[in-house]
Amino acid sequence: MESPEVIRFSRIVKSYQTGRSVVRALRGIDLTVERGEMVSIMGASGSGKSTMMNIIGCLDTPTSGTYLLDGVRVDGMSRNQLADLRNQKLGFVFQGFNLLARTSALENVELPLLYDRSGKRRDTRSVAAAALRKVGLGDRMEHAPNEMSGGQQQRVAIARALVMGPTLLLADEPTGNLDTRTSLEVMALFQALNAQGMTILLVTHEHDIARYGRRIVELRDGRIVRDTPVVGRRWAMDDLGTQPYEEALEAS
Amino acid sequence: MKTTTLVRVATDSILKNKMRSSLTMLGIVIGVAAVIVMVAIIYGAQSRIQAQIDNLGTNLAVITPGSTQQGGASMGAGTFNRLTVEDAEKIAREATLVSGVTPVIFTRAQVIGGDGNWRTEINGVSGEYLTIRNWPLTSGTFFDEADVRSMRKVAVLGSTVAENLFPGVDPVGASLQIRNVPFTIVGVLSEKGQTSSGTDQDDVVLVPYTTAQNRLAGFSFIGQIIATTWASEDIPAAIEELSAIMREAHGLGASEADDFTVRDQTEIADAAKGTTEVMSWLLGAIASISLLVGGIGIMNIMLVSVTERTREIGIRLATGARGSDVLTQFLIESVVMSSAGGLVGLAVGAAASAVLGHFTGWSMATPPLAAVVAVGFSAAVGVFFGFYPARKASALNPIDALRYE
Repeated sequence: MESPEVIRFSRIVKSYQTGRSVVRALRGIDLTVERGEMVSIMGASGSGKSTMMNIIGCLDTPTSGTYLLDGVRVDGMSRNQLADLRNQKLGFVFQGFNLLARTSALENVELPLLYDRSGKRRDTRSVAAAALRKVGLGDRMEHAPNEMSGGQQQRVAIARALVMGPTLLLADEPTGNLDTRTSLEVMALFQALNAQGMTILLVTHEHDIARYGRRIVELRDGRIVRDTPVVGRRWAMDDLGTQPYEEALEAS
Repeated sequence: MKTTTLVRVATDSILKNKMRSSLTMLGIVIGVAAVIVMVAIIYGAQSRIQAQIDNLGTNLAVITPGSTQQGGASMGAGTFNRLTVEDAEKIAREATLVSGVTPVIFTRAQVIGGDGNWRTEINGVSGEYLTIRNWPLTSGTFFDEADVRSMRKVAVLGSTVAENLFPGVDPVGASLQIRNVPFTIVGVLSEKGQTSSGTDQDDVVLVPYTTAQNRLAGFSFIGQIIATTWASEDIPAAIEELSAIMREAHGLGASEADDFTVRDQTEIADAAKGTTEVMSWLLGAIASISLLVGGIGIMNIMLVSVTERTREIGIRLATGARGSDVLTQFLIESVVMSSAGGLVGLAVGAAASAVLGHFTGWSMATPPLAAVVAVGFSAAVGVFFGFYPARKASALNPIDALRYE
């Protein structure tokens, strides 16, 4: 039973106790993201976008409100249930790549498969290898993170996020540590994945990057202040110019 | 997550940090090696003491003058030595449980013969002495009852004396002067080594006790009477019998205390075993402390490692690891490291005891049980000291862990 709504946030509130004062990071968020969308979340630091991302990513739980992920109510779930959700339904891409050091690309991508309790995937190595080929790193499988460029590392991270076939791909400032060209390559990869039907949520503070999505949601002081579709959406592949990124995506 | 996968993840993580892992293991390696060496030393000491007891002869009862039951005050003149040759002869005649008996007359004297002179222990004994002491000869013969009765001037040399006076030659047939009295050497004793108290048993000359009493001036002093029984089970009964005969020989009334002491080898053995037991406890305590220190070392490094690997833990949690997966991974890491350390320690300890055994001449075996216990215990140390850091790791909040710099 696939729900057309991947995310449904109703009056989500998150407040923290820091010392004596209470920080209200999210002050009642209503948001719906449907399957196949590519949403860019924007906002200044302190706007609550990271908190929202953490709640969407089941890394954190809301103080109040209801959250349905893929039609399943998430708020009130136990730590273990959240861990299983992260494993099965969510793929994370971080600004700092967050790959395991001294560990090959293949083993990094294999990581979520090791924590898979569904028992569906038996040959974890070949599943991981297929995911790496999908992001164009078929020839870098045995390389450790320190032997790869930033763009390659981020693609390993994307392969890791995709390997379980998630419902939702979450990217937190994925281009923050990359140069312009590599950023475009990564965005082209996201757009290609989205074109294949992957729902993507992208947190960024760069307007240029945000405009590669289909919709931009802007947060300020824990509230959504703007939620607009992108008019005149650009294609990162076109922006890459003369050297298209196609060969990397051929395998997909 | 399957256990096999967890073991793989844990061992991968150990192998990827060789320096950290080997330093962590070092404490356990030293601890277990210490345990193994100490067990080997205790084992070696015990078997050495056992060998010395066997060496002394089995089924022995030793009668010495004086009494342990004397209540502080002296029993009167003559109490320091009330053993006589007649006592030994009476025992030989009357005791039913005794297969052999010999008086032992002790003195020290300068002996001259062969290459020079040598100061040594002279023991006057009966012809049964060698059988009683279970002491073979390397050459010649021992004097017999006829030699004893006719007070012949014959001597049997201990190997130390033979080596010093007659290096490289068989002294049998040669002559030896003890206090200017010429003796004929009839035999040489095999090497028996030191007693448990360190006396060289081979630095001795044996002569018939009658000869010692009559031909060598100045002694009728009998140090002890050694009797041997047919079987070791007879020892307690034989001690009773010997006491009765001795009391009769000394004409002691019913109210008078013994003026002699009868002791058997088991008492001597018990005393020696008591000493090794104390030593075992002491060494055991030291070994346990070193294992404990090794365990604390593991905990220390594991705690540091949890902090150092916060990001890794965050990544694992974000990709779907449950707290229990992280806990198990860290616990397995700690157990694998401590067990591996235990095995390495076992090898090091066994090698060290072999080397030590080679140089001391002790038989320092490592009992298999001790090996199993030491390695098992080190694994337990891993579980015990690994649990707290592992729990700390599993309780991390994924967001904080991912943000950790």
